[in-house]
Amino acid sequence: MTDTAIGVPNAVSMAFFFLFIAVTLGITYWAARRTRTTEQFYAAGRSIGAGQNGLALAGDYMSAASFLGIAGLVSTTGFDGLIYSTGWLVGWPVVLFLIAEPLRNLGKYTFADVVAFRLKQTPVRISAAIGTLATVVFYLIAQMVGAGGLIRLMFGISYSSAIAIVGAVMIAYVLFGGMIATTWVQIVKAVLLLGGATLLALLVLAQFGMSPTALFAEAASIRGAGVLAPGQLVSNPLDAISLGMALMFGTGGLPHILMRFYTVPDAKAARKSVFYATGLIGYFYLMTFVLGFGAMVLVGPDTIRGVDAGGNMAAPLLAEVLGGTPLLGFIAAVAFATILAVVAGLALSGAAALSHDLWVHVVRKGHSDAIEQLRVARGATVLLGVLAVVLGITFEGQNVAYMVSLAFAIAASANFPALIMSIYWRGFTTAGAVASMLTGTLTTLVLIYLSPTIQIDLLGNASAWFPLRNPAMLTIPLAFAVGIGVSLLARETAAAEAFAEVERRTHLGAAAE
Amino acid sequence: MTDRHERLRVLAAAQWRIAVTLTAATVAIYFGFILLVAYQGPLLGRLIVPGLSVGILLGALVIVASWLLTWIYVWWANTRYDEELRRLRE
Repeated sequence: MTDTAIGVPNAVSMAFFFLFIAVTLGITYWAARRTRTTEQFYAAGRSIGAGQNGLALAGDYMSAASFLGIAGLVSTTGFDGLIYSTGWLVGWPVVLFLIAEPLRNLGKYTFADVVAFRLKQTPVRISAAIGTLATVVFYLIAQMVGAGGLIRLMFGISYSSAIAIVGAVMIAYVLFGGMIATTWVQIVKAVLLLGGATLLALLVLAQFGMSPTALFAEAASIRGAGVLAPGQLVSNPLDAISLGMALMFGTGGLPHILMRFYTVPDAKAARKSVFYATGLIGYFYLMTFVLGFGAMVLVGPDTIRGVDAGGNMAAPLLAEVLGGTPLLGFIAAVAFATILAVVAGLALSGAAALSHDLWVHVVRKGHSDAIEQLRVARGATVLLGVLAVVLGITFEGQNVAYMVSLAFAIAASANFPALIMSIYWRGFTTAGAVASMLTGTLTTLVLIYLSPTIQIDLLGNASAWFPLRNPAMLTIPLAFAVGIGVSLLARETAAAEAFAEVERRTHLGAAAE
Repeated sequence: MTDRHERLRVLAAAQWRIAVTLTAATVAIYFGFILLVAYQGPLLGRLIVPGLSVGILLGALVIVASWLLTWIYVWWANTRYDEELRRLRE
């Protein structure tokens, strides 16, 4: 075992951790007094500025998988890890060009609002809620499992109590503070994460005359020139392309990201907030180059794998080498805050699918008073929080990065195609939307089950029926094809006629009469 | 009214062209990079200066290109698109 304070509860990380909890619960108390209507609960009263939402989008998106996972991957494999750094960013331009503004102009709280805008409410809402909940549940499992493992490694408390703490604090944020508290928790977390990563990167570069290339050259001289070139991680090119498709088109199908566009006053603010988010997230991923190679040189891949086989502790170990226990404590607390914030955003978007889509529009057929809506939304939040804790404990030890790529594959196949066709295609019908969303969800789940990751790595079978680890390459085109094919089979006149209104609102918004 | 409707259609078509062109550019850049990674490994491993391989430079450029493409769209929308929308709302 290496000489590290990781796994030993230390005063600094505890202090930072409790400070973060205290500040965010304070924000929640402040937000709770401003959360009286459903619009405030789901959409922060549409009062979040573009810059604030840009930070909050970045906060929602930069999960522990990207901070700890990519830094770990780069530190142990070199260049191969950078494939992920770029892949996680390229979905954002697509969100800006095709989704952010129409979504803000057409919907109210969920992406199902947009798909159901001119189609039949009940079947569309049910299918969209299935896609949303499947995405949210897999993403939640990944974050909870990551949180439990991380907190146990860092603070030395048991896995299940770590999960329970995350669940309890997250429920408190969302239940009392709704979207206002969730947004500000994201902003605090984004500033901490960007600040912490910048500090680490500067400390690394200071040892190499502030030159990234000197750092990379040092990595190549210690570990061989291979760390600067593609390696065995991309042994199957189709796998790389399929994962790339999931990342690129999944971003535009993530319910907790899409929901953020409803928190700003208008489409222009939505547009600007994606621009800021892309800048911040790109900056963050550029820094993962430095953090990853810094950990490779200053800590060493063997030490990193010795602490955690998945390499997830590379960034905390690097912090310890550079700044001792205090910096380790700070980075540990930042990583924890990162998970907590993402979990809160996920729970809120899941609660919106349960209450706004299923309860209000399917069960109550759109006739539900404000008090009941808020009560159901809060009940759904508690339900999802408890579910997240149970799932987190059930799935202990699962591979976190794989769960996240699964969530992206579902988002890209179930939500993204239906959303795009509902905004841009006149001929899209209710049957087409339902078929597309259900096909996307089900084929993704089935193909994941038949993939090498489950069949060979998990179940120990000799071979897998489906060759790709991520099915997006097949399931995204399939969801589009099914949506188009079914829509062409039987026209829906009312939906086609209502498309003129979709076109008008896409650009002019609801306010223009 | 019909004039306004016609102008909105023209604007919608222009917005769609820009959005699709920029999306295609993003897709081409990223999957071009992935295909190079998958099939041209030795090329990406070549060093430009000590420490900086072609692959690392291209990876960073994919991020820079994403910034640039979003900036182009936001610049177009903030000036041309918003201006025409403002006139349509009058």
